[in-house]
Amino acid sequence: MKRLITLTVNGNKYEVAIEPRQSLLQVLREELHLTGTKEGCSEGECGACTVFLDGQTVDSCLIFALEANGCEVVTIEGLATGDILHPLQNAFAEYGGVQCGFCTPGMILAAKALLDSNPHPTEADIRQGISGNLCRCTGYVKIVEAIQAVANSTVR
Amino acid sequence: MKNFEYFDPKTVRQAVRLLHTYQGTAKVLAGGTDLFLRMRHRALLPDVVIDLKRIKALAGVRYSSQKGLRIGAVATHAEVESHAAVQRHYGALVEAAGWVGSAQTRHRGTVVGNLCNASPAADTAPALLAYRTVVQIVGPEGERQVPIEAFFQGPGRTALGPAEVVTELLVPPPQGKMGWGFLRRTRSAIDIALVSACAVVRADNGVCGEVGIGLGAVAPTPLRAVRAEAVLRGQPLSPALLEEAGKAAAAECHPISDVRCSAEYRKDMVDVLTCRCLQSACHMLGML
Repeated sequence: MKRLITLTVNGNKYEVAIEPRQSLLQVLREELHLTGTKEGCSEGECGACTVFLDGQTVDSCLIFALEANGCEVVTIEGLATGDILHPLQNAFAEYGGVQCGFCTPGMILAAKALLDSNPHPTEADIRQGISGNLCRCTGYVKIVEAIQAVANSTVR
Repeated sequence: MKNFEYFDPKTVRQAVRLLHTYQGTAKVLAGGTDLFLRMRHRALLPDVVIDLKRIKALAGVRYSSQKGLRIGAVATHAEVESHAAVQRHYGALVEAAGWVGSAQTRHRGTVVGNLCNASPAADTAPALLAYRTVVQIVGPEGERQVPIEAFFQGPGRTALGPAEVVTELLVPPPQGKMGWGFLRRTRSAIDIALVSACAVVRADNGVCGEVGIGLGAVAPTPLRAVRAEAVLRGQPLSPALLEEAGKAAAAECHPISDVRCSAEYRKDMVDVLTCRCLQSACHMLGML
């Protein structure tokens, strides 16, 4: 039997009827058509499905949408302001941190979580910060450079 | 995935009543990082899922110098790891919780949920054993407390009755300055431990006082190394004594060989890691 839940996603409030077995990831992609969030391993290893749930990064593939009832979600679609990209999005493009692009949404959200809590990370901090996100193109060097560039561009 | 009925009770009493009503067909959901996977793989097919996260009484981490630390059933690894009092008084627990999965997993997965899965390799178990944690349980018959070493009964098996839930972990207050060590062997980051060890030590004038040693992935359950503790307690701490304790710990664990490594390797590592954890604890206390 379907249940009605309320989600605030990227500042917009949605009421959506879902089945208990649906993951937050499925609801974001298939019901709300926010397909920026990706499904990779479906096991909580790869981080492609990373979103912010009430301010913290989580793997949305391992959460029942019912658990998120009443919660605030931020997905990759929530980062840009109109046509103005988030600095991390610009840096990933500029530094070639995007190869096939599949890990990019999760990677950028993990990077945002890192910079929100630690605006001036070392390279080791950055590598630790994105350790829950796998890039199968193995383009980590450029990803780390992109994140470092954003950190360097903010005033100490 | 098979569909199920979902409940999110607001009180512990409601949760216990639901568990009692749906005994045998219900599973308790805390962080869900394990339960969700097992349901997706159809290793578990519950008709009913009872989510504890809306129960305020089960949330959060609290500390007082008289009562010690209280970890609620739905407190995440990240909450435990970042709590100021845990960082000040229970360093080994911070270290252990930091080894669990990725940040995303630690933001969601709970320490109590991890213990209730009763994996012999649960990362926080050796530290919670070393700190002499007590598990607070509630069920239809009321509340009871179980020492953590009695809570684990085998791989995937705990002391919980069919309609019981863990409400919190109670970690005793530190007895003065405690030294600690936590070590873990694995192939790579975000991988299950091959072997883990944790030691927590108090010393007075060079003599070992209270001591706790916990071991992971070297027996059917996480294991408290009571014989190794007995080697140390009341004795003047020396490098030779720490080595003797390491040997005692290796003698009292009973690991298996599996795809990850051999029983022999695990026993040797218990010897080495226990000794190094004790060295680390002694260094923190300004000794040896």
